[in-house]
Amino acid sequence: MIKQERMKVVRHKQIADDIFELTLIGQLSLEMKQPGQFVHIRVSDSFEPLLRRPISICSIDPEHMEFTMLYRAGGRGTKILSLKQPGDEVDVLGPLGNGFPVEEAETGETALLVGGGIGVPPLYELSKQLNAKGVRTIHVLGFQSINNVFYEKQFSELGDTYIVTADGSYGSKGFVTDLLAQLNPEFNVFYSCGPIPMLKALEQAFPDKKGFLSFEERMGCGIGACYACVCETTDAVAKDYLKICSDGPVFPRGVVAL
Amino acid sequence: MNRLQVDLPGLTLKNPIIPASGCFGFGQEYAKLYDLSKLGAIMIKATTLETRKGNPTPRVAETSSGMLNAIGLQNPGLAHVMEYELPWLEQYDVPIIANVAGTETADYVAVAEKISTAPNVKALELNISCPNVKCGGIQFGTDAKTASELTAAVKAVSNVPVYVKLSPNVTNIGEIAKAVEAGGADGLTMINTLIGMRLNPITGKPVIANGTGGLSGPAVKPVAIRMVYDVSQQVKIPIIGMGGITNAEDVIDFLSAGASAVAVGTANFVDPFVCPNIIDALPHKLDELACEKLTDIMGRSHR
Ligand SMILES: Cc1cc2nc3c(=O)[nH]c(=O)nc-3n(C[C@H](O)[C@H](O)[C@H](O)COP(=O)(O)OP(=O)(O)OC[C@H]3O[C@@H](n4cnc5c(N)ncnc54)[C@H](O)[C@@H]3O)c2cc1C
Ligand SMILES: Cc1cc2nc3c(=O)[nH]c(=O)nc-3n(C[C@H](O)[C@H](O)[C@H](O)COP(=O)(O)O)c2cc1C
Ligand code: FES
Repeated sequence: MIKQERMKVVRHKQIADDIFELTLIGQLSLEMKQPGQFVHIRVSDSFEPLLRRPISICSIDPEHMEFTMLYRAGGRGTKILSLKQPGDEVDVLGPLGNGFPVEEAETGETALLVGGGIGVPPLYELSKQLNAKGVRTIHVLGFQSINNVFYEKQFSELGDTYIVTADGSYGSKGFVTDLLAQLNPEFNVFYSCGPIPMLKALEQAFPDKKGFLSFEERMGCGIGACYACVCETTDAVAKDYLKICSDGPVFPRGVVAL
Repeated sequence: MNRLQVDLPGLTLKNPIIPASGCFGFGQEYAKLYDLSKLGAIMIKATTLETRKGNPTPRVAETSSGMLNAIGLQNPGLAHVMEYELPWLEQYDVPIIANVAGTETADYVAVAEKISTAPNVKALELNISCPNVKCGGIQFGTDAKTASELTAAVKAVSNVPVYVKLSPNVTNIGEIAKAVEAGGADGLTMINTLIGMRLNPITGKPVIANGTGGLSGPAVKPVAIRMVYDVSQQVKIPIIGMGGITNAEDVIDFLSAGASAVAVGTANFVDPFVCPNIIDALPHKLDELACEKLTDIMGRSHR
């Protein structure tokens, strides 16, 4: 169920250039089930900045009533968020949207998880849940440069992990699709989150595979009421438009027009 | 006695708090969060004769204490609203104000005639002020004669009182208000969004795909208050005020300026529980002001 709660900061630290790892504690964590869902965060009690910020759930720890998110402190809102200290409260609305379907990978199968930049975080909880179910995971994660790389160790503990940087300063050089062409991995289903060109290249690279993609769009309400976050669908889908916040952010391949 | 009750043409409101059109969908999403029967009324999303796809994205952009939107009146169309949305809302004890939009007079008339027959639709809100569509919207609301004629045409077919939603994007809002009053409007709702623009600092191009968008949120409140203050002295029909309301103090301001009820728009995005929270806070506000009932506050800026 969607809840709004003032959650308490337990841990907060910078883990790469502009990338922060924030762990919050509260009842709302117990509502979180599906990887790829997101929360809508109000970073200040005033109306400056006004709107909430959508941030993906990176890992869930119901036992401790905690959840963790990773975000890039780039603009007004996320910079304010980056100043929160342990003990501070953060206004969180969530969990929102439909995440990655873990049930689409069978025990014993292999899942390919492809992330680009700040699209990497939601894949972490996904990988944890897939592994818990006995699905083998391969991770291919793309970043701009060595200073932007994060969570390599965490992903490595769950499965084969390949890092790609655009400038070649770490891992292999280029885009994730360049590396995938070389690796030519065997897998049953792919899951991905990252920039649109990456998602598009993936859809084209694996025309016959089952796949699930996570999308971003500017949001107003985050719950499906304002029609801000619509995306155009392909001819194959009867509806003209879908809402990223409440119908997504994750859609099966071929649904969103890329 | 209910200290918060307000009586308007067609509407007996248990409290004056109404979610604004376009900021509350058709209620389904917020119904998952709280009991919609708590609200004074609901202004549902603009409804047009045909399904509307709306504008390309990005459709929203944040501004200082406000936001721009150019949704472009996306909605599932009259037939769907009549068949699904309105019947679904009947489970709640809350009057519905249907926001009616169209491309030409005949569309408005057709939507108004049909939608005003729904049992829970207790009033219409004529949207002649949407700044985000190429035709059918703001051009009806910026010319006094056109606005008056459209009001009269809709009044002639509507089963319920007709409120006209005024645009702030005019030189003289009082003139338009008087024209729609003369056209037979039962009330006014004001204000719709102010046309604005935000540029991307790197590319220099507008952030919103549509170029311009409608500005709403706390940033517009002083403009809205001024307009309600002016117009309420020029017309006899009641005003439902809106523009930047986020808390009970804002509500008191609008009522003081001359509004009889208020609508809360953008604030629902900031805090989805803002409407019930304001409703709960209002009696305390009245106590603070040593006022018996909300109606005592109305128009006190003019006294
Ligand atoms: C479903 C979803 C999940 C996301 N998950 C993450 C995540 O896990 N980690 C992370 O770092 N980022 C994530 N993002 C992107 C994140 O929401 C934006 O980077 C953030 O809102 C930018 O806020 P700001 O204050 O830094 O930027 P500003 O430029 O100050 O923001 C201004 C406005 O633009 C909006 N905005 C800016 N960039 C984006 C964007 N890329 N997508 C949507 N709205 C944007 C803001 O929400 C705000 O309304 C996600 C976005 C979506 C839609
Ligand atoms: C996302 C969004 C969509 C809107 N859609 C409509 C609409 O369909 N019809 C309408 O009459 N007004 C629409 N409005 C205007 C609001 O109803 C309201 O007049 C305006 O936002 C000012 O109030 P606020 O500052 O409280 O948001 C919309 C506003 C927003 C922010
Ligand atoms: S953000 Fe409002 S509908 Fe998606």
